[in-house]
Amino acid sequence: MEAHSSSGTSIAGAETAWSDLRALVGAENMRAAAEEDAVDGIVPQIVIAPGNAEEVAGALKIATGAGLQVIPRGGRTKTDWGNRLRNSERTGELILSTRRLNRVVEHAWGDMTATVEAGCTFHQFQQTLAEHGQRLALDPLWPKQATIGGILATNDSGPLRVRFGSLRDLIIGITLALPDGTLAKSGGKVVKNVAGYDLPKLATGSLGTLGIITQAIFRLHPIPRESRALSFSISDSVLSASETMNALVLAIQDCNMVPTGVQIRAGSSSTREIDLCELDLRFEGTATGCKAQIEQTLRMASGARRIESPADVWNAHSTLWSGDEPTVVCKFTLLPADLGTFLNSVRQTSEALHSPWRLVAQAVGVGYLRIEGDVNNTEALLHALEDLRSRLETRGGSFVILRCPLEIKSKMDVWGSTGDALPLMKSIKAQFDPTRVLNPGRFVGGI
Amino acid sequence: MPMEARILGQFRAIVGKGLITEASQLHTYECDGLTNFRLLPQAVLLPTSTEEVQAIVRICQREKIPFVARGSGTGLSGGALPVENGVVISLARMNRILEVDLPNARVVAEPGVVNSDVTQRVFPHGYFYAPDPSSQSVCSIGGNVAENSGGAHCLKYGFTTTHVLALEVVLPDGSIVHLGSRAVDRPGYDLPGIFVGSEGTLGIATKIVLRIVKKPAIIQTLLAAFNTTEEAGAAVSGIIGAGMLPAAIEMMDNLAIQAAEAAVHAGYPNCGGLLLVELDGPAAEVEHLIDEVSGICTQCGAWEIRIAQSEAERAVFWKGRKAAFAAMGRISPNYIVQDGVIPRTALPKVLSAIERMSAAEGLRVANVFHAGDGNLHPLVLYDRRIPGQEERAMELSINILRLCVECGGSITGEHGVGEEKKMMMGEMFAEPDLETMQLVRCAFDPERLSNPGKVFPRTRLCAERTGPYQPHPLEVAGVAQFF
Repeated sequence: MEAHSSSGTSIAGAETAWSDLRALVGAENMRAAAEEDAVDGIVPQIVIAPGNAEEVAGALKIATGAGLQVIPRGGRTKTDWGNRLRNSERTGELILSTRRLNRVVEHAWGDMTATVEAGCTFHQFQQTLAEHGQRLALDPLWPKQATIGGILATNDSGPLRVRFGSLRDLIIGITLALPDGTLAKSGGKVVKNVAGYDLPKLATGSLGTLGIITQAIFRLHPIPRESRALSFSISDSVLSASETMNALVLAIQDCNMVPTGVQIRAGSSSTREIDLCELDLRFEGTATGCKAQIEQTLRMASGARRIESPADVWNAHSTLWSGDEPTVVCKFTLLPADLGTFLNSVRQTSEALHSPWRLVAQAVGVGYLRIEGDVNNTEALLHALEDLRSRLETRGGSFVILRCPLEIKSKMDVWGSTGDALPLMKSIKAQFDPTRVLNPGRFVGGI
Repeated sequence: MPMEARILGQFRAIVGKGLITEASQLHTYECDGLTNFRLLPQAVLLPTSTEEVQAIVRICQREKIPFVARGSGTGLSGGALPVENGVVISLARMNRILEVDLPNARVVAEPGVVNSDVTQRVFPHGYFYAPDPSSQSVCSIGGNVAENSGGAHCLKYGFTTTHVLALEVVLPDGSIVHLGSRAVDRPGYDLPGIFVGSEGTLGIATKIVLRIVKKPAIIQTLLAAFNTTEEAGAAVSGIIGAGMLPAAIEMMDNLAIQAAEAAVHAGYPNCGGLLLVELDGPAAEVEHLIDEVSGICTQCGAWEIRIAQSEAERAVFWKGRKAAFAAMGRISPNYIVQDGVIPRTALPKVLSAIERMSAAEGLRVANVFHAGDGNLHPLVLYDRRIPGQEERAMELSINILRLCVECGGSITGEHGVGEEKKMMMGEMFAEPDLETMQLVRCAFDPERLSNPGKVFPRTRLCAERTGPYQPHPLEVAGVAQFF
């Protein structure tokens, strides 16, 4: 292999790397990248699909040695999340697909744990678990395409988190392939385990910038015997809709019911008024338990109008991405009690932008916002996004842009502030990936 | 070698009377709850604010003095054991609850706040703080953060890490950083996730944002007596298999029951295997499920089932369980508290193996488990006065851990690795796994001043290692070695 230079390797070095990679994964699992493989407009050189964890680690080692950039890829549902890949003088970019690592390795149903490879789709995993009446208590976006590895790397979650927490509360073990070719395990197969540092949590939400997840182990929950949903409309009085909704959500959190979904759907198709403000609740457990809690809810929500729950209501957030027209979709987090205030801020901002909007939020303080309309008026849009972000950040929340026109991405960090912890995050990155091989520039603070 | 007067003077300037150097007083700090490891610190400092902690750590950093943070000193793995030529930083005086935010269910606490004080503070408003280690009336939130403490109810509610949203931390270089946020999912690496459970090796938490939980509508606690632990174990499998997630499932064997009875008279039936099952949640749900639990226990051979009829009776049910460790003193002059985890289904196999090992060594082993999540606390009983027995007891306790690892489990479920089990880490993890964990250590504490020598069997220098292996200059010079 060619000698290293400070800016990467020579073209000859890259060619050696391609042939080494071909020898490692087999010619049939390596191809030239096409237009459809582009990530934020950057078309990589090669796509490889290793067949096992050792091959993933081996491929990373070769890429590191040759100064290539590696973009890990699962089901391709969220490849545009994060900042644009950092421009550099490197020899090339490589997409490492986990699609061949798609096995459910073990379902220890008696222990309520399961081991699964990173490239397995969420749907396939759930189907396997369901054979023994269990599930991973998570409802991520696009479960039929999205893979376990991608869901972990982006820390995706859905309405179930109000009861079961997010991935950090469900993952108990991980295998990571590091840029130097190390294959490292952390955690284990038991739910309760405090031996060593908790690397499963560190890897969760790290956007593939520390290592490539090859396998994960989860704690499971039983599929509930009964699941009942009910919905309310609170859009009768436009001005107070957000306050009413906020009060109702807080009241539900403050009572001792145990919902497995508390979701707010709101939006405005015109630009002035909130014309949609609906609340969805879900209860799971025994039939008698669900019935009693529904009755209790109906007593509490006597001021709100009960409506039929829309079809597929617990996947409502995924519809915010629908359509090909330019839109902005953001993930926001906030303190639960700030939701009403934030709704009003969104309404005011959209009014100024003349943009219709929709949001789906979970009562724990996580939601997704879609802003439509004239998203090409970049200056006004940037200003609006910065404004919403700063309102959230000053109260301990965050505002991450997940989908937007490339022009916005080139002018705005999609992640927002990480506060005074950024130097520490950079140190962690420098330890795991000192030559910045994995997804360089795409994560917080340019990591 | 005693600490230089110059440095002690600087420490005194920060904490005033909160500096302890008298040998007689230092003895209080020579060990934690694991008393067979002892070391006298050079000095103990008792800061009262983040700024004081920072000032102390800055001096430690400048003078390369290793430090060990200490909460209430109840840890069971030697995590707060002082280190050679080091100081102890006790957080006991930073014990204020700074904020209670009920609408958002958050509490901000200093590290020295006692675990049960958090619950006491929010209980009148219908909330509680879920992690409940048996030492909760004494142990501190800061210590809980270091150890990622669990407790009987973590089966349903999760561990300390589930309930810590954000931390203010003094890093080993003396800088103050804020990890996480009051809202969930802060962008960036999950630093609270890596800090909680790091056993004091990554820095000192000075403020902690906790999540509190709404009290369940009702709680029902059932006690069931079986002839054997196998029967009790089958009932646990039955309960989990029926799709229930109780708040707690605890098991005790006959020896543990005898000890608890002698100590606190909980009125437990004298049986081979005792189960305590607690369900909580909406009334309609719990009342329905407690009947199912009762039915499953009967099917599995339970010959006595009691359901607590009052809060007082429930407290009595728990009293024996919570006192179980200390109660061993009633039936044995000395004992070792062990903490291992196994996949729950391996319970019958592991229990019979422990029985065989116990018989072979001629030492009694009492068993107390968090049965729902496979967390075992075997208590190895011995008499220190009999020559060689302590060594055999320690060996037996270590062999029980090996058994846990062989069954796919862990060497610790909640007590931590600390000083006691660091040599066992290599049996649970391969070298690359441990090396990778060291990367985290190097990012937080490159000079290894924060609780050095704990958790890991050995530590390497935090040198840059990019690409192929290159020897460190110190290694070349023959003054240091990578492992």
